[in-house]
Amino acid sequence: MRFDRRDVLGGMALAGSALAFPAWARGKDLNGNAVRAGFDQVSGTSIDLIVVRGQRTVQGRAGHAVAVNGSVPGPLVRLQEGTTARLNIRNTLDTETSIHWHGLLVPFQMDGVPGVSFPGIPAGGSFTATFPVRQSGTYWWHSHTGLQEQAGHYGPIVIDPAGADPVRADRDYVLLLSEFSPLSPHEIFEKLKKGEGYFNYQQTSWTDDYPLTSEQRRHWARMRMMATDILDVTGSTYTYLVNGHGPEEGMEFAFNPGERVRLRIINGSAMTFFNVRIPGLPMTVVSADGQNVRPIETDEFQIGVAETYDVVIEPGSADAYSIVAEAMDRSGMALATLASRRGARAPVPPLRDPPVLTMTDMGMGKMAMGKMATDGDTGMAKPNHDGTHHGATGHGAMDPGAMGHAAMGMSGGSDSAMDMGGMSMRDTSRLPDTVKVGPGIDMVSRHPIDRMGDPGLGLDHVDHRVLNYKQLAALEPNLDTRAPSRLMEIHLTGNMDRYMWSFDGTKFSAVSDVPIHFANDERVRVKLVNDTMMAHPIHLHGHFFELVNGADTDHQPRKHTVIVQPGGSAQFDLTANAYGDWAFHCHLLYHMHAGMFQIVSVAAPRNAV
Amino acid sequence: MKMLIVLAAVVAASPALAQQAGSGVAMPKGPAKPEPMSMQHMDMGDGSAQPTTTPDTATDPARAADAVWGADAMRASREELREGMGGQTLGKVMIDRLEYQAHDGRDGYAWEGQVWYGGDIDKLWIKSEGEGTFGGKAEQAEVQVLWSHAVGPWFDVQTGIRHDFVGPDRTHAVVGVQGLLPYEFEANAAIFLSDKGDLTARVEGDVDQRITQRLILQPRAELNLSAQDIRELGVGAGLDKAEIGLRLRYEFAREFAPYIGISHGWRGAESADYARARRDDVATTNFVVGLRAWF
Repeated sequence: MRFDRRDVLGGMALAGSALAFPAWARGKDLNGNAVRAGFDQVSGTSIDLIVVRGQRTVQGRAGHAVAVNGSVPGPLVRLQEGTTARLNIRNTLDTETSIHWHGLLVPFQMDGVPGVSFPGIPAGGSFTATFPVRQSGTYWWHSHTGLQEQAGHYGPIVIDPAGADPVRADRDYVLLLSEFSPLSPHEIFEKLKKGEGYFNYQQTSWTDDYPLTSEQRRHWARMRMMATDILDVTGSTYTYLVNGHGPEEGMEFAFNPGERVRLRIINGSAMTFFNVRIPGLPMTVVSADGQNVRPIETDEFQIGVAETYDVVIEPGSADAYSIVAEAMDRSGMALATLASRRGARAPVPPLRDPPVLTMTDMGMGKMAMGKMATDGDTGMAKPNHDGTHHGATGHGAMDPGAMGHAAMGMSGGSDSAMDMGGMSMRDTSRLPDTVKVGPGIDMVSRHPIDRMGDPGLGLDHVDHRVLNYKQLAALEPNLDTRAPSRLMEIHLTGNMDRYMWSFDGTKFSAVSDVPIHFANDERVRVKLVNDTMMAHPIHLHGHFFELVNGADTDHQPRKHTVIVQPGGSAQFDLTANAYGDWAFHCHLLYHMHAGMFQIVSVAAPRNAV
Repeated sequence: MKMLIVLAAVVAASPALAQQAGSGVAMPKGPAKPEPMSMQHMDMGDGSAQPTTTPDTATDPARAADAVWGADAMRASREELREGMGGQTLGKVMIDRLEYQAHDGRDGYAWEGQVWYGGDIDKLWIKSEGEGTFGGKAEQAEVQVLWSHAVGPWFDVQTGIRHDFVGPDRTHAVVGVQGLLPYEFEANAAIFLSDKGDLTARVEGDVDQRITQRLILQPRAELNLSAQDIRELGVGAGLDKAEIGLRLRYEFAREFAPYIGISHGWRGAESADYARARRDDVATTNFVVGLRAWF
């Protein structure tokens, strides 16, 4: 049985080709070679990973690639819990590289972050990462050097449990979401720095269809902000990929009606949050960030960059189902098909209208909502913070299609909510002393409410179920249920116009020798306050933290990455029990590159010093 | 060799082998054992708790990797990391206007551009602008070399020098501000003190109005002011020159946008007298065709 699953996982959609020798292994020149889409599987006691440079073409557009073992994504690294992994990385690039095992609990010196955990792998050099495999589930790996990840240097990890897997499935697939751009990652970064809104071709204009009143538009302009700033890099340059394949390239996952299919969905993109759904098929979420959760059925979920969700689906009698992963700003989608026979296709829903940011996303919290309720004189503005199915809540007063998100946040009327008391959008006196005020902060959340129950930008008024963090509960109880001994507040700060991003107002480049310290085995509650209008997926290396989401302490879901919604806050409990220095950063690649990065330093155990 | 690697990988995929390799490795799973701990004065319930200070007042830099790989080996990568996470230096060349001006009499040209290089807070900022008529000599050509320092989220203070390359040789000290005003107005204001002791000022502003995602209408205004008559330059005290313009550009790419437009300029009272004495126009209307570009 296990062997079968293994076979399916490795085979992917390209069935036989995975077992055939790939081009890169047939004695061809590694440099300048065409990079394949899709991946093989590597496993066993000693795994070889070769980092190569190449050319790749997606739907007719070509670009440079940094690939591992000749494909993008790179190979599926298949490990077994309880064994020791041995991964031999050979760097054929003319520049440095690295591999970080995202979500894996490894000794810090094996974590693969140059400058934090090790010196990096020099051009032409090698590195062997050896670590005990202490967990099971769905993870991924990627370069932590420069911007190589965007160029294709990433791949999935699946770890089979030592014992029985609580998730039973007849088929088991990896579905890795990512992006392709013909632009080099450095070009993308420069354009973000030089031209605000460079990639956004959904901005407000005289001829747009956004449900914004002219007054709302003036308010946005007055704030020097864009209501349409949902994603920094968009479908104007990206082609969105499933396992390296563009939406027109016919990515297929086979099934037989009645089978249970497990999809291990990994957001391996650099900059894109996706809304994932399979029209006509509910999904049961069984795992988040590789950690089993109590099964929860839903119809759609938003997956932040670097997160993973495992879902189980039971396709019915239809020939085919479309797996749709729409970019959060609706500027494009990744697409795959569940097909009961080769070539079978299901209808693909069109991209939905792009969302616009609201008062809550500006950090105006529930106050804005309260204001709304009076304006609307119905309960229409009731926010979806409990995250339950929203169909029943009364937003009947407005035209759901046209108004939706926007109207909820910012009412029209002569004394628009945004004008309330002439409130400043950048009242820096509200910030704690730990935050350095300067040009790098263009906004301060006035009421950064806990947005754990938020389904994600643009999903609070869809007419079906959408997952949110409050619905997640760990399947196995947490071992450490101590109450945290302190609360640490970290602010996520930025300046959209200058494209500066940081923690506590200070870019990493300015505090590289001032890490965040934790005592060994210290139990800390960390509150992340988002003083920006973008959602940030915050990732801590070397640990799982537990989301403070209302679940009982012993069942708070364990995650390695948490989305902090715009203008809101999120909290997690952390047992800092992994000695060493660990990267802590926004997983939006260009936010990290712009400075939203820190080092977390966990002290050695007392008896070890 | 490569073939062997693949073979090895395929063979090793067998679960039996993987299991075997793993035998004997036992590692703790999950976080440490629970341990009761005295609560400090905190309210965790609603997130309203105030952050307490770190009990552990460690302030050391993160150097754990030095013990494993050696301090020398880590040094370079640490510096690269610092630069790679917010420490970048970038440069931009911006041609705001490069245009042909059709008007009564001989047609003319004008340019305005800027180049910056630096980090987020401090930049070297070079600006140039000028205009002239075809077949005649340039009426104005100047270059400013400035240090631009970010003083807030949207504004830089710029100080430096300006040199005029046309007419009587003049060099000025410059103090100015450039940035983004509410309602997305791009603004640029500067005061100039020349080496002859003349004090002048210039205020410019424009705003982009998106008609579609690529078709953009840009109203623009510029005022030139002077604290005194400068007979040599034909500049009168008060308002020297004013110009308003309306340019419609199409962004084939963000970096490449040809435009057409109209601009109207006139001179202030005193300057107009000088102009009339020189038999220059007091007011001019230009139809313009030009290019806005950057890289």
